[in-house]
Amino acid sequence: MRKPSILHTLVTCALLLVIFTVGCAPKPTEAGPTKLLVFGAFATPIEEPWDGVIHAALLKAEAEGKIDYEYTDNIGYAGDMERVLREVADQQKPAIIIGDAFGNEEAARRVAADYPNIAFAFGSGLGPSEPNFSVFDNWIHEPAYLCGMLAGGLTKTNTIGVVGGYPVPEVNRLTNAFIAGAKEVNPNAKVLVTFINSWFDPAAAKEAALAQIDAGADVLYAERFGVIEAAKEKGLFAFGNMSDQNELAPDLVVSSPVWNMNPTVEYLIKQVASGAYTAQDLKDFSMVAKGGANLAPFHATESKIPADLLAKVREREQQIKDGLFRVDINEQQPAPVN
Amino acid sequence: MEVFLIGLIAATLRVATPLILGTLGELFAERAGILNLGIEGTMFCGAFVGFVVGGATGNLWLGVLAAIVAGILAGLLMGLLSVRLGVSQHVSGLGITLLLTGLSLFGFRLIFGEPRIPPSIAPFERLPILSQVPILGEILGQYALTYIALALVPVCWWMLYRTNFGLQIRAVGENPEAADAAGVNVFLTRYLALAIAGGLMAAGGAFLSLAQLGAFTYGIIAGRGWVCIALIIFGNWQPVRVLWGALLFGGVSALQLRLQTTGLDLPYEMFLALPYLVTIAALAVAGRNATYPAALLKAYKRE
Repeated sequence: MRKPSILHTLVTCALLLVIFTVGCAPKPTEAGPTKLLVFGAFATPIEEPWDGVIHAALLKAEAEGKIDYEYTDNIGYAGDMERVLREVADQQKPAIIIGDAFGNEEAARRVAADYPNIAFAFGSGLGPSEPNFSVFDNWIHEPAYLCGMLAGGLTKTNTIGVVGGYPVPEVNRLTNAFIAGAKEVNPNAKVLVTFINSWFDPAAAKEAALAQIDAGADVLYAERFGVIEAAKEKGLFAFGNMSDQNELAPDLVVSSPVWNMNPTVEYLIKQVASGAYTAQDLKDFSMVAKGGANLAPFHATESKIPADLLAKVREREQQIKDGLFRVDINEQQPAPVN
Repeated sequence: MEVFLIGLIAATLRVATPLILGTLGELFAERAGILNLGIEGTMFCGAFVGFVVGGATGNLWLGVLAAIVAGILAGLLMGLLSVRLGVSQHVSGLGITLLLTGLSLFGFRLIFGEPRIPPSIAPFERLPILSQVPILGEILGQYALTYIALALVPVCWWMLYRTNFGLQIRAVGENPEAADAAGVNVFLTRYLALAIAGGLMAAGGAFLSLAQLGAFTYGIIAGRGWVCIALIIFGNWQPVRVLWGALLFGGVSALQLRLQTTGLDLPYEMFLALPYLVTIAALAVAGRNATYPAALLKAYKRE
């Protein structure tokens, strides 16, 4: 007769408990909240590139001594966002809560309405809401257009592949701008677009890219992670997304449209500190003119880009900075073959 | 057409590899009477441990080995909960998936911090000699782990149906009381089956991080563990039929990605749904005669 002893059960439980508490231990907060307290509330782990950009900008502001920063990530889409936000608003009482509302729109807006004294700035495909709910998004269609120009000039087979997550407005914007850029330089370029219906399934993204290569693509745009791995395997040029991804394949990743949240964060801090904060769409602060978006440096690939193509791209880039060239914002779902 | 077909077959084998390893693992667990829903977390943990050890030592095979060891430990933990303590298999399995997913991500941050770009290492190469075979090189030049996964199918069949140990596994999965009366150590057999299962699942995860990508990210398993659970039912708990299931799912997955590039004027979601639709359809046909291991989900307690 062998029954699990109580001791046995207790030891197991205690072990699991220790493991969990070690994993969940909060960061010790420093005393003296003289600076603005900013709280980050992220639905995904901050390793996800979109939330990672916000997180990086907040870390930078903290390092520069402008704010105190705390965050919770991996909140998910199963209803925890509202609870987390209410707890934070009640207990930490931050001046600003920044996060992503995609998939949690209603929860974030409900909480914001109940705490009018806290500034809420959330990544969202929808509009701002008075008095305190601001929205932002990545508006990197301008550098995506420039990457498209480069891709159109670099392809030998006149076929370019784009692998995206979901056809949401943001991804459509980037993809359509990329296609338009490719067509400007190379009207014969064919652009294949595959969606994998996941923000993070790099193995599937790589397979999608390999399928595009089988269909003739020789330049790839990695809206999602995993595509550059396919380019690396086949020795093809690729473009990253969201941050400078050159280090994934230094000889092959030509450039990436880069999103930079620093201008948004700095503007928010200034507004809140001066008491001038109102709900607004912060999208301008994520665009090229205000430094919220840029084309990543070419690194080692610069020598491989034909000089006339490079000159054309540089000229367009300058025109965008000067406000003389406007990249169309097209949020329609792109066709599978363009 | 030739490129299309050859690319399709090559991709099928690649996509199927982690599924084959995962299903073979789950097969051992379920044949011993334990539904191991820890599979998703065990694969994730395998991908993580494999990547860390492979990257740190510079020896990818050592990474695979470490992943297998981690998987065995995960299997033994499942055994402690579901075999020794008799906890509900659903609860303990899902608990292990949550635990291992969380622990792996936690470990990832401890080791790598918060990198903006996922850290990467040089992954396994495709087998060099076979890659140079004319025409079929693309198909034959697979990762060594793919060949190992395929070779494991007959090995697992032989173990389950031709060895004393396999007989014991099947016996404790069908009728643990009778097996016990016949002198089989039910607890030990189930522990061993779960250990083998965990090792195989973790190897499937390590394939993704060490061969397919050379990187570890969150979401790297992306539900492949759950697909394995369905493929077991599809394969009626038999190794060879499970292989066909994994190849079917992998094949349709690879096919739909290729169909998307042809510009067929259909919503892309239709293509993405294809592997699941085909699996459901196949399940509806094949699953009607499914013969579950009789003691599945039942904790065994000696009277």
